[in-house]
Amino acid sequence: MKMTNTKIALLVGLGLLAPLVIYPVFLMKVLCFALFACAFNLLLGFTGLLSFGHAAFLGTGGYVTGYLMINTGLTPELGILCGTLAAGVVGAVYGKLAVKREGIYFAMVTLALAQLLFFVYLQAPFTGGEDGLQGVPRGFLFGLIDLTDNTYLYYVVYAIFLFGFWLVYRTVHSPFGQILKAIRENEPRAISLGYNVSQYKWVAFVISAALAGLAGSTKTLVFQLASLNDVHWHLSGEVVLMTLLGGMGTIAGPLVGAGVVVTIQNYLSGGELGNYVSIIMGVIFIICVLLFRNGIVGELQRLIKRNFS
Amino acid sequence: MATFLGINLFGLFGQLLVGLINGSFYALLSLGLAIIFGLLKIINFAQGAMYMLGAFAAWMALNYFGINYWAALILVPLAVGFAGVLIERVLLRPIAGEDHLYSLLLTFGIALVLQGLFTQIYGASGQPYSIPDALKGGTKLPFMYLPDYRAWIIVASVVVCGLTWFMIEKTRLGAYLRAGTENPAMLQAFGINVPLIVTLTFGFGVGLAGFAGVMAAPVYSVSPDMGSNMLIVVFAIVVIGGMGSIGGAILTGLGMGIIEGLTKYFYPEASTTVIFAVMVIVLLLKPAGLFGKEA
Repeated sequence: MKMTNTKIALLVGLGLLAPLVIYPVFLMKVLCFALFACAFNLLLGFTGLLSFGHAAFLGTGGYVTGYLMINTGLTPELGILCGTLAAGVVGAVYGKLAVKREGIYFAMVTLALAQLLFFVYLQAPFTGGEDGLQGVPRGFLFGLIDLTDNTYLYYVVYAIFLFGFWLVYRTVHSPFGQILKAIRENEPRAISLGYNVSQYKWVAFVISAALAGLAGSTKTLVFQLASLNDVHWHLSGEVVLMTLLGGMGTIAGPLVGAGVVVTIQNYLSGGELGNYVSIIMGVIFIICVLLFRNGIVGELQRLIKRNFS
Repeated sequence: MATFLGINLFGLFGQLLVGLINGSFYALLSLGLAIIFGLLKIINFAQGAMYMLGAFAAWMALNYFGINYWAALILVPLAVGFAGVLIERVLLRPIAGEDHLYSLLLTFGIALVLQGLFTQIYGASGQPYSIPDALKGGTKLPFMYLPDYRAWIIVASVVVCGLTWFMIEKTRLGAYLRAGTENPAMLQAFGINVPLIVTLTFGFGVGLAGFAGVMAAPVYSVSPDMGSNMLIVVFAIVVIGGMGSIGGAILTGLGMGIIEGLTKYFYPEASTTVIFAVMVIVLLLKPAGLFGKEA
């Protein structure tokens, strides 16, 4: 689906006006997770690789940015850049290992590698162990703009999200993206056409990991916190759910899925119903797989196609 | 204190024992995964939740119905296996033959629901389950004290694993199962009810996890997240061993438990990560896994 200019203008405008109506911190949370899910979707939706350890990259971005912001007084844009790069480096190493296996083995390898990193961060001296890194300063963007103001920060986060979203869109619609889709649809065929499939998968993995790190770095800036929750397998499962629910393989699906999942969590958490989050997530998983495999955006696209063309 | 070449033998053997016990559970769980994978070609992400379910079922049987450990050891695996049969018939059957990622996601959903349910009812902290009276004692060996229950875990799981191996490799029923693994359509053509074998296989694999759960109840506290923590390690073990052979799954499980135990003694900081590190090395040297067949 190519996007028309009016559609893009409409979506961008909506995002610019949103903080006038909705609490900016909530919006920023949605945007961070949406970026995370978009990054993940590049792998699952467009390359057909199910990573069950993507929290490792989000968490790495968060920890590196948090550590640098607290200890070196780096400006936020540099902090985020370093976090993103670090996640990309971890992604490069993990990707090299993971693309050696396929299908469900790929999922198990990524999950196990992410758990390895979880234990490393649990014991490492610079992560604050169980407490995490608290009170991360938001700092001054380019040394000028004070980001403690939620509205200013919102527009920064929004710009970051648009950049990530654009990058995924460009990747998917490039010749490179076409080959990724070819791998998803028929890997032996792609190999027989002479493509080095492992190399393509690896590059997609690194891009995805770096963008997940970007989401994590941004999230740390918003909540001024990097903790073990960000590298826990729970989060790796959540991003799968967001993508599946929104519609894997669609450009806008992860954004919608992240919006729905974050909203559900915000309503339920804190109260007595906190534990129901896990049950509801599980039930949505089961329903999506059995009945609703195209996700929200996928189903909408199907309806529009059937009725209007 | 007995030492040999500067090594504290009490400590070493103690950790080896703990490693063997963990290895027993790894072996039981990865054996169940391997059996299910062989015939259904799916990875059961709910295997850890079934292990947790087994432990909770034993606890509930004792506290609500007064059913003791020995009866639970028989009844709970049957009950958990029956739950597995229901899951296979109701949820997995409709998506059989589709991309295996969907069954992975589905079983992950089941695991989330079960874990959430038990957290909601019993809270995140563990419930105690006492060791059965007959196994409360222990034996003093030259270099260590061996509690009876721990010895029982190792013996029982080795026996169960051995019986399972024998059943699959040496009996007629096992021959059907292996034939189904190779070519289900051909087996069906010979008049064997393959869908029934698939259901029973899933039930049996899950029942093994339930059995491990009952065995684990007295040594670990019975808590909702006991399964998920265990499962991720077992996944790494499955990647290390490859799922090509039943014997391979058992040996890798026990072996990794021993390696973990040794690490706990020599370099405790790495004990939580050593199995994952081994997985990385295996991926680099022999990507198909130690006993794996596929490329």
